[in-house]
Amino acid sequence: MTELLGASGQLAALYLLVGAASLLAASGVPGLLLDRRSLWGERLATLLTVIAGVAGLVGAFALLAATGSATLELPSPFPEQRTVLGGDALSGWFAVPVFLVGALGSIYSGAYWSARRHPRNGRRLRLCYGLLLASLIFILLARDGASFLMAWEVMALTNFFLVTIEENDLAVRRAGWVYLLYSHVTILGLFAFFVLQHRLSGELGFQRIPLQATSTAGAVLFLLALMAFGIKAGVMPLHSWLPSAHASAPSHVSAVMSGVVIKMGIYGLVRTTGLFGDLPLAWGVTVLALGAVGAFFGVVFALGQHDLKRLLAYHSIENIGIILLGLGLAMVGRSLGRPDWVLLGMAGCLLHVWNHALFKSLLFFGAGSVVHSTGSRDLEQLGGLARRMPATAMFFLIGAIAICGLPPFNGFVSELLVYLGLARAAVAPGAAWAALAAPVLAATGALAVACFVKVVGVVFLGTPRSAAATAAHESPLPMLVPMAVLATGCALLGVAPGLVAPALERAAAVWAGAPLAGQSLAELAPLGWVSAGALALVALAGVLLAVVLPVCRRGRVRQPALPTWDCGFAASSPRLQYTASSFAELITSRFAWALRPHERLPGIDRVFPASASFDSHVEDTVLDRILAPRVERARQVAARIRAYQQGDLQKYVLYIVGAIVALLLFNFRLGGLVTELYGR
Amino acid sequence: METLAHVAALLLFSPLLLGVIQRTKAIAAGRRGASVWQPYFDLGKLTRKEVALSQTTTWIFVVAPAIVVATAVLAGLLVPLGSFATPISFAGDFVFFTYLFALGRFFTAAAALDTGSPFEGMGAAREVGFAWLTEPAVFFAFLALCRLSGSLRLSQMLRATEGGLWLEHTAPLLLTAAGLFIVLLTECSRIPVDDPNTHLELTMIHEVMVLDHSGPLLALVEYGAALKLFILEAMLLHVMAPTAEVGGWPGFALFLFGLSGIAVGIGIVESVMARLRLLHVPTLLIAAILSCGFAFLLLNR
Repeated sequence: MTELLGASGQLAALYLLVGAASLLAASGVPGLLLDRRSLWGERLATLLTVIAGVAGLVGAFALLAATGSATLELPSPFPEQRTVLGGDALSGWFAVPVFLVGALGSIYSGAYWSARRHPRNGRRLRLCYGLLLASLIFILLARDGASFLMAWEVMALTNFFLVTIEENDLAVRRAGWVYLLYSHVTILGLFAFFVLQHRLSGELGFQRIPLQATSTAGAVLFLLALMAFGIKAGVMPLHSWLPSAHASAPSHVSAVMSGVVIKMGIYGLVRTTGLFGDLPLAWGVTVLALGAVGAFFGVVFALGQHDLKRLLAYHSIENIGIILLGLGLAMVGRSLGRPDWVLLGMAGCLLHVWNHALFKSLLFFGAGSVVHSTGSRDLEQLGGLARRMPATAMFFLIGAIAICGLPPFNGFVSELLVYLGLARAAVAPGAAWAALAAPVLAATGALAVACFVKVVGVVFLGTPRSAAATAAHESPLPMLVPMAVLATGCALLGVAPGLVAPALERAAAVWAGAPLAGQSLAELAPLGWVSAGALALVALAGVLLAVVLPVCRRGRVRQPALPTWDCGFAASSPRLQYTASSFAELITSRFAWALRPHERLPGIDRVFPASASFDSHVEDTVLDRILAPRVERARQVAARIRAYQQGDLQKYVLYIVGAIVALLLFNFRLGGLVTELYGR
Repeated sequence: METLAHVAALLLFSPLLLGVIQRTKAIAAGRRGASVWQPYFDLGKLTRKEVALSQTTTWIFVVAPAIVVATAVLAGLLVPLGSFATPISFAGDFVFFTYLFALGRFFTAAAALDTGSPFEGMGAAREVGFAWLTEPAVFFAFLALCRLSGSLRLSQMLRATEGGLWLEHTAPLLLTAAGLFIVLLTECSRIPVDDPNTHLELTMIHEVMVLDHSGPLLALVEYGAALKLFILEAMLLHVMAPTAEVGGWPGFALFLFGLSGIAVGIGIVESVMARLRLLHVPTLLIAAILSCGFAFLLLNR
């Protein structure tokens, strides 16, 4: 691993990142001083965000070019504490998607959430958007617990305001409350984690934890971190806030949330597992198992959805599962002393963080274009949009192929790294159980193909199913340019993954430390062959197309208005096409025990039934069937206690007098016993 | 020279296997049947016809057959034939192999939905509804072969049967071969999973996805199906028998003869069995997963 940048360069990069983050935080502020319908506030916000994004990308890539870390100490508002900001390759790795997706989202919002059409909440959106991005960078740079917690809190709150930007909608409000509830649990967990860590090591921050592997304190720390960061990342079964929150937010905010914000949970997990000197095997197995379950059931739930953005949110849960598979494999490798597993697992995990940020943001931007154009998120109301929005359809297709992990795009490379690690586990004697994750990953990939064929086929292909879809139009340029940039990124990482291999090794080395010495990604993973394979695929397909296309063009010219063969049905209608629910029915019926769909079947009660309707809806099982009934029962129990709170002032005075009398009696009669106990 | 023979066999020999299956089924049914060279004549006839494209379809419909053939050819370069070296081989290429076929499946299913017809939609839904069960079976088989051969390259994994390993590990290899045979029947749309000859709704999976393709597009689709059959049969033959024992050109000829033998076997299976009810096909595929999974388990005692 060669180092391209010295210590002073790293410090300069750190200053650049802090400056870029501050600029992001300030990007929404000028708009507050201008009129709510003014375009200048919006343009200024976008300009500042893009400048900050470019500067931040330079700083992040500079951090990736160096090993070691740079720190910056600042005075802290808390007594006897110092605010420590630090930058190393791992922080730089996670910072790159923040700046890229943030800047592109800001360009996208210029047309998607323009100030003219959303005067009431546009300025609030831009302010919170800038604050959210800034808080993400400070989370990545924070090295002491206090600043980490403050940045996390700012992120959670601004995210809440962004999710509930359309506050008039009841579903949006409900999504916001569920999100806030889960966020509070996360922050409580983080507080407990940092306090416990302070108790054990004397430092409040990300320091090495001198613990024995099998101690209970260490296990409690790990479980706290897993729970808190797991909720943020969307690990099953703690994921229930994610689908509704990502569906309710505006599309460019959903892109940032799915692409970047949930990665903060992954960052937290990676940092905390890197703190322990030696990892017990059980922890790695837990993370591996959670990753496999989350990946598989994430995509099963996605198949049951017919809301476009909810479906994409469940796919985020699936991809977080794949990222956890890589992390779990790396943890298992560290426990068993296998540095090749560590490198492959960590490389797969980190590269998938980038890849997911790229293609998920692309897909959410595409979904936003569809919503902007047709006004509907419901798959059953769309169709035939490829003819009306050809550029959006092309970019969405690239995102869909990438998310299924298919060559020649980037999703394949990170999944290949994870597969290589798992296959090495299969070959190693005694640890072959880890390789059981490979068929689960394969099944997940095949189900993802099923789901995205459904989405692309039902939304963009076929004939339009509603008037809104028939009247769709192509998105304006500010919405197409970010999608083009992201699609190019997907293609570039798929065709030339070797470009990022050195940076990937440096970022993985931050986690693994010394055991990584001597292993190189170039030796373990055939990235050159992947490039060659991707290019060969494109070349072969191109050659065949060059032969076939002239014939097809002649066919279209000769017979331009042929209908699809419909077996002689005289009155074909768009309603005859397969709907999204019917396409997925073969798979969702098999998983009805997990999905538990709410179905309203057509009741046929007469001899000649006239019209009938069928309705099927899949809610989040954990929230809907497990948590909500228990919360309702808790409310009922609490309602009995509420009987004592009638608002009658005399009764409240009676309560106070009764409490004082009881305290006096307690103090008078047991005073001696109490002084005895406390005197010792 | 060997690479040339590999490519030539892949490109030119594959439609013959379709003809062998058809001829076997005809003889089993008491007919004389078409010649084994009939698929070549069919492909030639289709390339000379014109293309009729529905007004509903987009560029995906045109691009899909080309991608199916391109992915199949690239995958075919990863599988060894006989004892010759494979043209392309790298660690982890079995993942590339599987995902190439998945790319072809994505585009075939998308092209099916492109037509806006419920028949193609039905075929696409069933195709992706069975694919999620064949992939884990294939990966369990690959894991078992990785374990046996100690290598991550497909060419060495498939040669794991040589050197007396077949006698030592007969049970896992038999189970793997059984699982791979079921996967072969599913992926190549053979009875008992799918009936390639009828066009009734009950039997529509692969045949109906390509109902609207015509002319050279249909030729590419059928050629892609022939390539897929060739490649999956080659994989199965390696697992079923130590094919690298006989070296050089005689071994290569023996390998091609073995492929024809498997094709005859598929024809016999198709003639003897009826098509399964659609709801029972996942059960068959889960049996394939369990079979290959058990093989992996047996190797890890």
